[in-house]
Amino acid sequence: MNAIEHTEDVAPVIYVSPSPHLVQTATSTRRMMVDVLIALAPVVAMSLFVFKGYALFQLAVCLAGSLAAELIFVKMRGKPSTLKDCSAIVTGVILAMSLPGTAPWYIGIIAAFVAIGIGKVIFGGLGMNLFNPAMVGRAFVMISFAGALAASGFEDVQSTVDAVSQATPMNAYKMNGVVTPLVSLFLGTTNGSLGETSALACLLGGLYLVIRRTASWEIPVGLLTAVAIIGGLADLMGPADGWTILHHIFGGSVLFGAFFIATDPVTSPLTPKGKLIFGFGTGVLIMTLRLFSGYPEGVMFAVLLMNALTPLINRWMIPKPFGEH
Amino acid sequence: MADQPTALERFIQGVLPENPVYRQLLGLCPTLAVTNSLTAAVTMAGAVGFVLLCANVIISLIRNLLKPHLRIVVFTLTIATFVTIADRLLAAYLYQMSKTLGPYIPLIIVNCIIICRCEVVASKQGPVAAASDAIGQSLGFGLALASIAVIREILGTGALFGIRVLPTVWPDWVIMGLPPGAFLTFGILLGVVNWFTDRRKAA
Repeated sequence: MNAIEHTEDVAPVIYVSPSPHLVQTATSTRRMMVDVLIALAPVVAMSLFVFKGYALFQLAVCLAGSLAAELIFVKMRGKPSTLKDCSAIVTGVILAMSLPGTAPWYIGIIAAFVAIGIGKVIFGGLGMNLFNPAMVGRAFVMISFAGALAASGFEDVQSTVDAVSQATPMNAYKMNGVVTPLVSLFLGTTNGSLGETSALACLLGGLYLVIRRTASWEIPVGLLTAVAIIGGLADLMGPADGWTILHHIFGGSVLFGAFFIATDPVTSPLTPKGKLIFGFGTGVLIMTLRLFSGYPEGVMFAVLLMNALTPLINRWMIPKPFGEH
Repeated sequence: MADQPTALERFIQGVLPENPVYRQLLGLCPTLAVTNSLTAAVTMAGAVGFVLLCANVIISLIRNLLKPHLRIVVFTLTIATFVTIADRLLAAYLYQMSKTLGPYIPLIIVNCIIICRCEVVASKQGPVAAASDAIGQSLGFGLALASIAVIREILGTGALFGIRVLPTVWPDWVIMGLPPGAFLTFGILLGVVNWFTDRRKAA
């Protein structure tokens, strides 16, 4: 990451290298991060539309927490400030979008400090972290404050915002077998973590990322394939309750995770084949957690588990140089 | 024996400069496992201290009879004797605590702090040096356990020794009482200790 970044500052660079002579000067950490932010725009817009004040509040808390944590921890390491690479903003937004709107203020702050501090800076900063920072922060608060972040914590019956007063689709299905109509899952008018509800917004943002090549297509494809296969099997073998493959894909945070969380270039494998394996493994774990664990959703733990396997996948998938026997 | 540290040096070394947990990284299994409450941590440190003191003195007294190839066996058997005493005493008088600590009391037998002290001090120096070394190392172990337990219990349950110290608005960080909390707390404290040590060396 550092090497790429430096090319911005040092103006005349002469590259001596074999062909193809395609120097992508546009690639920098900051450009990638801004791209992710642009891709997150529809998700954020949809969450503001559906959750209104809740989403605004959560975004403000998580952004303030992430930026403050980045500022403090990087200063503690005695390194130049990394605020302008925008990675803290991305972590903050993804974190906010992965929390329920009803979570109290301290949850966002603690999650942001854990995400940036323990998830990233302690490993040596961006590019060195083993685990997706936002998911480290979220896992920490998820286990700490089970009351606020378990499925029942998403609901506030008193709330004037429609979405918040309902049960989340994943939980309604898991606990009571209630199937939410596909249209609401697709548009995102249901309850859930702020950014996960709208499949449409996640798809729009995700496609932008893939077209810009900021995110590699292999990860979402692998992930969604696994979810579709296992979801299909579960649908065929399970009771005919109307929860189809599309419900599995549009419901919960599969799409948000597939495009915005699993694709983090730092914590996913380097080679295309490795990325496919990574995506597929994440999808298998998501479905395993959904179908066989006490949690209604498993994207966060699935991504963290696969992050841990990334170095191993990288080692297995070293490309053979052409001509080697 | 002239180059061996004196009894007082052994004592001081054990508490901070050669703290068994933070400087030698020994005995980490109980350090991580029983530090979710200060009461458990103190009990554990007490049990280890008792076993360490008794084992060190006995080994020191018989150090001239030890055969090099059998010494580890003798260490272990001596330690096991006192662990059994400690285990039965706890079960008799502190039944609940004995249940809480579960297998970690019998596991003191393989606690590397004790075997290390038997090897380094008791098998080479007299009973006075061995005893003061045992007390110093136990204090160091107790301090290390307590430092982790204080953080974990306060953050995790808002209490100390089971008595609520933080106002009830404090949201308990459940994770701090679970294994991840142990690793995170210990890692961060270890980093802080190393940072201080480095600064002192540099100064």
